[in-house]
Amino acid sequence: MTIKYHVLEETLLAYAAGELDNASSLLVATHLALCPRCRHAAGIGDEIGGALIEAVAPAKMGNDALDNVMARLEEFAPEGTLKPVAAPKSGATPVLPEPLRSRVGGDIDTLRWRRLGPGVQQVRLDDKSGGPSMRLLKITGGRSVPEHGHEGAEMTMVLAGGFSDAGRSFARGDIEWADADVVHQPVADDGEDCICLAVTDGPLKFFDVIGRLAQPFVGI
Amino acid sequence: MMYGLHSPVRRRSVLHNPAIVAAGVPTVTERILSAETPEDATHLMTQIAANQDRDAFEALFRHYAPRVKAYMLKLGTDGALADELAQETLLMVWRKAVQFDRAKASPSTWIFTIARNLRIDVFRKNNRPELDPNDPALVPEAEEPADEQMDRVQRARLIRAAMQSLTEEQAEVIRLSFFEDKSHSVIAGELDLPLGTVKSRLRLAFGRIRKELGEDVL
Repeated sequence: MTIKYHVLEETLLAYAAGELDNASSLLVATHLALCPRCRHAAGIGDEIGGALIEAVAPAKMGNDALDNVMARLEEFAPEGTLKPVAAPKSGATPVLPEPLRSRVGGDIDTLRWRRLGPGVQQVRLDDKSGGPSMRLLKITGGRSVPEHGHEGAEMTMVLAGGFSDAGRSFARGDIEWADADVVHQPVADDGEDCICLAVTDGPLKFFDVIGRLAQPFVGI
Repeated sequence: MMYGLHSPVRRRSVLHNPAIVAAGVPTVTERILSAETPEDATHLMTQIAANQDRDAFEALFRHYAPRVKAYMLKLGTDGALADELAQETLLMVWRKAVQFDRAKASPSTWIFTIARNLRIDVFRKNNRPELDPNDPALVPEAEEPADEQMDRVQRARLIRAAMQSLTEEQAEVIRLSFFEDKSHSVIAGELDLPLGTVKSRLRLAFGRIRKELGEDVL
């Protein structure tokens, strides 16, 4: 299974530069765990940063900076060895790759889903940084998220199952990008719950529309 | 003095500094205690990792701490904090030295990522999400063909040369993005350009650099 829909190059560069908001960074990092191609490209972004830091005009350090640091080397004893390779637990591949799994506090079985509407559940993962909102969505196989638009951009990455939207199909690791002006209606593939990580800029619009699902008159 | 006219001086370490050699201080077997060239910096990192070599660390500090501080200053950190963050970055370099893998990164790239992540941790009060190379969910690379495995120091040179080859406009958006703490939309506002133009310049710059690295660019 090959990932078809990747992180945009300019977003990878922003990630390497350390300029992405927390939520988008986590989504990108999680994609990188699943996508060697983007991991390689992000590495080039790091190398650009390395070249820039090598070329920058040095600033003068404080007079006692070196002495301070030399005096603290013992306190920062070097880590003796690399962490041993963790044995895969019971052979099963986690649904949530690192670093998402640590952020959530466990794999998919530890999540407490909250019903949003017919066939759609969510776990909110917002932090307090005030950036874009982040959530995990679980869409029952064959069901759809109702047609919706966004006030800002939305990134949705598949972690399990798959969905189709406007003739394109998305599977594990694929990212759908929707700009503010896109109105779309993702439909989960039949037979399996679709679990996605969604990051939405301009949080309220998407959330409101989803929220309406909870009302009984909404039919899909 | 003809030195360097007929053969470009590629290494500027103490070993090849004619003034120092003439003074009779170091010999060819003298330890390298300068991070002037990427090879030397890699050597210092190896010494730190293998022997907890404090002299090697001091030389690395003298080269990189002022650069990390300049990076922090450019990103809007005030002087005292920038100094402190540069110190902390270099302390992390010492502590994590065994994780440095010369096959995977040049010292400058590795130190950049440590400085960047430290800054994010401090200012966003949020840990930079880091991949776990041992995670069973991580999809590994296909085996890299031997002829594509380029020495990282060599790659660092190529990247620097590639960045010289960027147009002024491309170099500007890269610099603003990495070294001015500016989001793409802020850059667009400052340069009075549509956001799409900033993004396309970044993509062009990135494509150019990848091409210079000999990669197939889509």
